Amino acid sequence: MEILNRSALELRDLLDKREISSRDIVEAYIKRIEAVEPRVNSFVTLTLEEALKDADRADEMIKNNTQTVLTGIPIALKDNMSTYHVKTTCCSKMLENYLPPFDATVVKLVKEAGMPILGKTNMDEFAMGSSTETSYFGPTKNPWNLDYVPGGSSGGSAASVAARETPFSLGSDTGGSIRQPAAFNGIVGIKPTYGLVSRYGVLPFASSLDQVGPFARNVADSAALLSVLAKHDSLETTSLKGPRPDYLNALGRDIKGLKVGVPKEFFIDGLNKEIEAAVKKALDALKALGAEIIDICLPHSDKALATYYLVATAECSSNMARFDGVRFGHRSENVKDSVTMFKHSRAEGFGPEVKRRIMLGTYALSAGYYDAYYLKALKVRRLIKEDFDQAFSQVDVIVTPTTPSTAFKFGEKVQDPVSMYLSDVFTTTANLAGIPALSMPAGLSSNNLPIGVQIFAPRLGEEIMLNAAFALEKALGSIGLPTLEV
Amino acid sequence: MPLNDYTIVIGLEVHAELMTKSKLFCGCSTSFGSEANSQVCPRCLGLPGTLPVLNKKAVEYAVKAGLAFDCDISKYSKFDRKNYFYPDLSKAYQISQFDQPICGKGHVEFYVGGEKKVVGINRIHLEEEAGKSVHSGATISDSEFSLEDYNRCGIPLIEIVSEPDMRSPEEARIYMETLRNILRYVAVSDCKMEEGSLRCDANISLMPKGATKYGTRTEIKNMNSFRAVQKALEYEALRHAKILDRGEKIVQETRTWDDIAGITASMRSKEEAHDYRYFPEPDLVPIVLTDEFIDDIKNGLPELPVAKFHRYVDEYELPEYDAELITADKDLAEYFEAVIANYKDYKAVSNWLMGEFMRLVNEQSVEISEIKVKPEDLAMMFTLQEKGVISSKIAKTVFEEMFHSGKDPETIVKEKGLVQISDASEIEKIVLDVIEKNPGPVAQYLDGKERVLGFLVGQVMKLSKGKANPQMANDYLRAALAKMVKN
Repeated sequence: MEILNRSALELRDLLDKREISSRDIVEAYIKRIEAVEPRVNSFVTLTLEEALKDADRADEMIKNNTQTVLTGIPIALKDNMSTYHVKTTCCSKMLENYLPPFDATVVKLVKEAGMPILGKTNMDEFAMGSSTETSYFGPTKNPWNLDYVPGGSSGGSAASVAARETPFSLGSDTGGSIRQPAAFNGIVGIKPTYGLVSRYGVLPFASSLDQVGPFARNVADSAALLSVLAKHDSLETTSLKGPRPDYLNALGRDIKGLKVGVPKEFFIDGLNKEIEAAVKKALDALKALGAEIIDICLPHSDKALATYYLVATAECSSNMARFDGVRFGHRSENVKDSVTMFKHSRAEGFGPEVKRRIMLGTYALSAGYYDAYYLKALKVRRLIKEDFDQAFSQVDVIVTPTTPSTAFKFGEKVQDPVSMYLSDVFTTTANLAGIPALSMPAGLSSNNLPIGVQIFAPRLGEEIMLNAAFALEKALGSIGLPTLEV
Repeated sequence: MPLNDYTIVIGLEVHAELMTKSKLFCGCSTSFGSEANSQVCPRCLGLPGTLPVLNKKAVEYAVKAGLAFDCDISKYSKFDRKNYFYPDLSKAYQISQFDQPICGKGHVEFYVGGEKKVVGINRIHLEEEAGKSVHSGATISDSEFSLEDYNRCGIPLIEIVSEPDMRSPEEARIYMETLRNILRYVAVSDCKMEEGSLRCDANISLMPKGATKYGTRTEIKNMNSFRAVQKALEYEALRHAKILDRGEKIVQETRTWDDIAGITASMRSKEEAHDYRYFPEPDLVPIVLTDEFIDDIKNGLPELPVAKFHRYVDEYELPEYDAELITADKDLAEYFEAVIANYKDYKAVSNWLMGEFMRLVNEQSVEISEIKVKPEDLAMMFTLQEKGVISSKIAKTVFEEMFHSGKDPETIVKEKGLVQISDASEIEKIVLDVIEKNPGPVAQYLDGKERVLGFLVGQVMKLSKGKANPQMANDYLRAALAKMVKN
């Protein structure tokens, strides 16, 4: 278990000292995957043989001293990231056998960094859901308690890290799909500034909200992985131009005088008391480190969820349209003409949550409803963005709970879409405003489930956000990871 | 004629493919006629996760077209998604521009039967082409299967939307021809209707003469030639008039033109019309243009047909008829200018181009740009004629040879022995021969019927196989006949 318990940066050290090889690391994780995967179900596709080859290439790089910070450290990828000739299913029947002819930019970057890829992780179908229960391949279990959901949509990615099946994984976050599962699994998950990390090749849910980000066991590891991912991409016009800093360099700075905003709108009636207490404790810890805690207002926060579900479903309805059975993906056997091909392929290929969102979005964009729904949502979106602009003129970061509750049980919410949607109530604002946010562990509940605390920063404020998280992590101490011993 | 009681109102939406080398949002080639699906990539195939990157050249061409039509150029415009399902539309939405197009209001001028007509342009927007469906049967309904070719998918397109300013089908056709001419002048589109790089949809309505409120309109699609545009609108105008005369109402609908049957037929009603659910394209940032960018394009614009027309009339003193005809085709105008760079009798060149030249161009149905005759060789042909080396009649023979072989006129004259006979004794010999062989006409001439001279000159030319210097033939014939009078 030695290798499995090391952080990525510790492994880096051991690799560079030639005390272990990348092959050793990958072999250790393969063993772990074989041991726990039947219970957790984090992965939908494993690429273990290829990962061993990747490891040998990484060892070669290390031998030649051409390694970079994460060379030789393995990673898992959410199954909505295109991987050359490796199934990319979005956990949908629609793409059950889809083999992309190209790598997503983030996949390319991970490969160039010499990180062996262990496989593709489970997710809610097309990233639509908050529990992985909408996955065509069955849900992932929360490694802390297998009766509970791991959150979603990047539930497999988060669970794989918490279950120590991998030191790293990538997720995507449209309304909280990295941060909510990070909170439920007691790990760190970052939703970067919109445009910081390439979207090219990542199957979209809602293009103006989607952003890829890392899952890791601690803040420093997540900062190292973010540095690998954060690159301008000429294949995407919404990719921000200019160089990105090395986020590891931002860590360890004194946070004395750091202004921490606490929006009262996030401490709602439905908020779990243990979570509220954990966040208060985190704020106290920051205060003890010299941070200044400031009450702020984000007055349109209560409109965020409604706004989010209009913008996201509208874009989703259009993004999902290309799955028509013509060029790729599922095509119905029951086809008389092009119209029946469209109808039956889509009816058979998509699950109920995807269909629900396509219908919601189609409605929001329809003639006669556009102004009342979609256009109004865009206006509120701007107000939410202005709320944050206003807040960040007073404070450096904002601290809130990540979720209103800890992980819930399977079946608890899946029949009630609105209560499921409510689990995104604290996370969607960052996507609407395009700002970075992360979730990190802030303790355990009385029933031994992780609690997440969320830190927001202004646009491109990843460094200050990560430094605050790094300081807080040190102050709070680790909650550890579940052992999954039988 | 019921039509006389109505004012016809027509507006056109013209689509022109831009002749960029690569597609609007990816690097694939735009060339026409390649093997199916050989010019595609993950992006234009709409593979999930791919994203569009805007082709700067296409923006430049759209602005160029806008400037050629005096449009307001938008410094800020954006793309929108037009959502609809069709197998040839790879993303199931077309990236287009909805409420903030790249070019705003402008206008086009042209002449209809000598009268100047100005048609307003409402907007020009930039969008992408769809692919092409190929059906196994003659029509989609009796096809067993269809295949899709995505080579065209993603080629940049501008849609030029006119104001409803046209008042006859003929005006609509001439408007469309004028658009093509201007788009070719500014070299943004090759405007080949037969290859589909220029297409149009027409909206037509009728209102009683003197009325100001437009009637209910129908939209016509599938007109694949300029002639079809006019024919379809003539048919549709008459159809409207007949319905209105009966006191019935026009149904607002989209109709398709059947060129073979010469009729329009209902395609879909207003109720069946698509709801395209336009919304801003989140994968593309807005187009923001600087003044420098627009000014650079403005400064690079070539002389446009209207300006050229005035220059031809003023500078070259060409009749308006000639100037209009030559400037109506960019290639012809360029050719004209290349010829007159070496030969200064502008009217002679203009006559030749409108006559012999266009006759052969049409006969052989070649493009002017593909013609083998070099402009400087044509100038040389005029010079040879002027110097008396060849006659005007021989010039036609020489030109035909130039047209077919591309050889220069001096070589042709030498090779074929077409040098004009200007030798006095030789011409005299032929003249005497003609007089001897045509006693009847000669007698008539001597009786005072001067007109017969032309016939006799013709005989001289014939006998000399066209090589006799016509002026000399004329002079020597008169002299010889005069001598006979004296005798």
